[in-house]
Amino acid sequence: MNGTMTIFKRELHSYFATPVAYVFIVIFLLLSGAFTFYLGNFYERGQADLQPFFNFHPWLYLFLVPAVSMRLWAEERKSGTIELLLTLPVTMWQAVLGKFIAAWAFIGIALALTFPIWLTVNYLGSPDNGVIFASYLGSLMMAGAFLAIGSCLSASTRNQVVAFILTVVTCFLLLLAGFPLVLDFFHAIAPQAVVDAIAGLSFLTHFASISKGVIDLRDLIYFVLMIGVWLYATAVVIDMKKAA
Amino acid sequence: MIETRQITKRYGSFTAVDAISFKVEPGQVLGFLGPNGAGKSTTMKMVAGFLAPTSGSASVAGYDVQTHPLEAKRALGYLPEGAPSYGEMAVREFLGFIADVRGLRGEQRYQRIDDAVGRLHLERVLEQPIDTLSKGFKRRVGLAGAILHDPKVLILDEPTDGLDPNQKQEVRTLINSMARDKTIIISTHLLEEVHAVCSRAIIIAAGRILADATPAELEARSRYHQAVSLTATNLQQAKEALARVADIAAIEVDPQDNRITAFPKPGRAIFAAVGDALKAQGVVVRELALEAGRLDEVFRTITQGAAGQEART
Repeated sequence: MNGTMTIFKRELHSYFATPVAYVFIVIFLLLSGAFTFYLGNFYERGQADLQPFFNFHPWLYLFLVPAVSMRLWAEERKSGTIELLLTLPVTMWQAVLGKFIAAWAFIGIALALTFPIWLTVNYLGSPDNGVIFASYLGSLMMAGAFLAIGSCLSASTRNQVVAFILTVVTCFLLLLAGFPLVLDFFHAIAPQAVVDAIAGLSFLTHFASISKGVIDLRDLIYFVLMIGVWLYATAVVIDMKKAA
Repeated sequence: MIETRQITKRYGSFTAVDAISFKVEPGQVLGFLGPNGAGKSTTMKMVAGFLAPTSGSASVAGYDVQTHPLEAKRALGYLPEGAPSYGEMAVREFLGFIADVRGLRGEQRYQRIDDAVGRLHLERVLEQPIDTLSKGFKRRVGLAGAILHDPKVLILDEPTDGLDPNQKQEVRTLINSMARDKTIIISTHLLEEVHAVCSRAIIIAAGRILADATPAELEARSRYHQAVSLTATNLQQAKEALARVADIAAIEVDPQDNRITAFPKPGRAIFAAVGDALKAQGVVVRELALEAGRLDEVFRTITQGAAGQEART
């Protein structure tokens, strides 16, 4: 068992050793349900698909994922355990990856627990399960990108509240970049290429195309790159603090 | 073996550790002494690989901490300041985690955990979350984690802080029992600890080494070294008797308990002469002792002298 795996196991276990996991999962399930049925008009649309369910995921993640990611490094710094962790024989990458994957797996578990809604649409009609599967995949990738951003910002402070706020703001800007309102605004003043570039940066654009059932390699690469870059930044930030 | 070469840490214009060099061999227990903020912990953090030095280098068991961090960390057991640990974990889980990261497997894993638990008497709290433990137990859990893989090199930042006198004694016995084949650095505020466990002491203040000697050598620097202290039923009579001893440089009387201390002239031994003089005058002595020297006094003289110099420059 290598360092990444050991740290992954410890981290994931620690979510469930505290109320964090249960509070998060319950809130996530309640909110995703409430959004789907009340705001998304799940029944009234009369269609057997999960569009109303997935449409709200970016906004749900905007607040819930930073709540998970804020403790990733800020808590270790606050309690001093970061000193313990980084003087154990693990590389920086093993520590960064182990913690990230544990948080990602934890959100994955919460996402997987929404399965009753998948069963519901299959009971009510005959949805395109391929599209639903793709949407789940896109949602998970998007959560990973949110988390990687949160990991980096959490590493930059010992205060969890600061980490939370910074992450929400950063993620909000990245979401906003794909919002029609913003894009229309840029449309009026900038050439199409600029508008595309801004839209291309956004979570919403890439998530929307995956959740239509089109698993485009470019969208997947976008999320993988996003995760990679922000995790790399996490390692850089921790290294910088070491030398500060 | 631990070696530092001109290791330096600066924070902006503030120099926390200023070109410190020392070498500790296996079998040695080095005590780091110094006032708060002297740079003890910063030095230890750099040797442990948690902080990167601004300049200079450190090596653990022959591996440079900066260029071969994994090898150095494998050879090292480190107890950080305050003995941090993951509070939500039970003691058994925490030690299991350390063992896994350290790559201990199978039979060896259980043996090492059992050994560390036994040495630090953690049997009673194995299943308790660390958060619920007393300060003393938390410290011992941290220590157990540090010695778990039977490292060749140990760095312990205030290992007995927060322990009661009995627990302090146990931890000192533990360090002594491991001292034979290991290289150990401990930092402490407690001068009696230097006596109890250290074969060598380094006094640091303002980031610089001010003294590097054995505890006995440090004591020899004390004003009290070779002094004789006594209490007598008749104070005046005793003082008169002492006045006849030629090698005595000064006599002080503690106003609280009337204890008399006679300081010798440099390089002279006065114990026998004092005994003879008291006997000749027929002074009734309740207690008579030869002083080895007082570490706390040496510590104060050395560190405050340095602070004074700092202020002047």
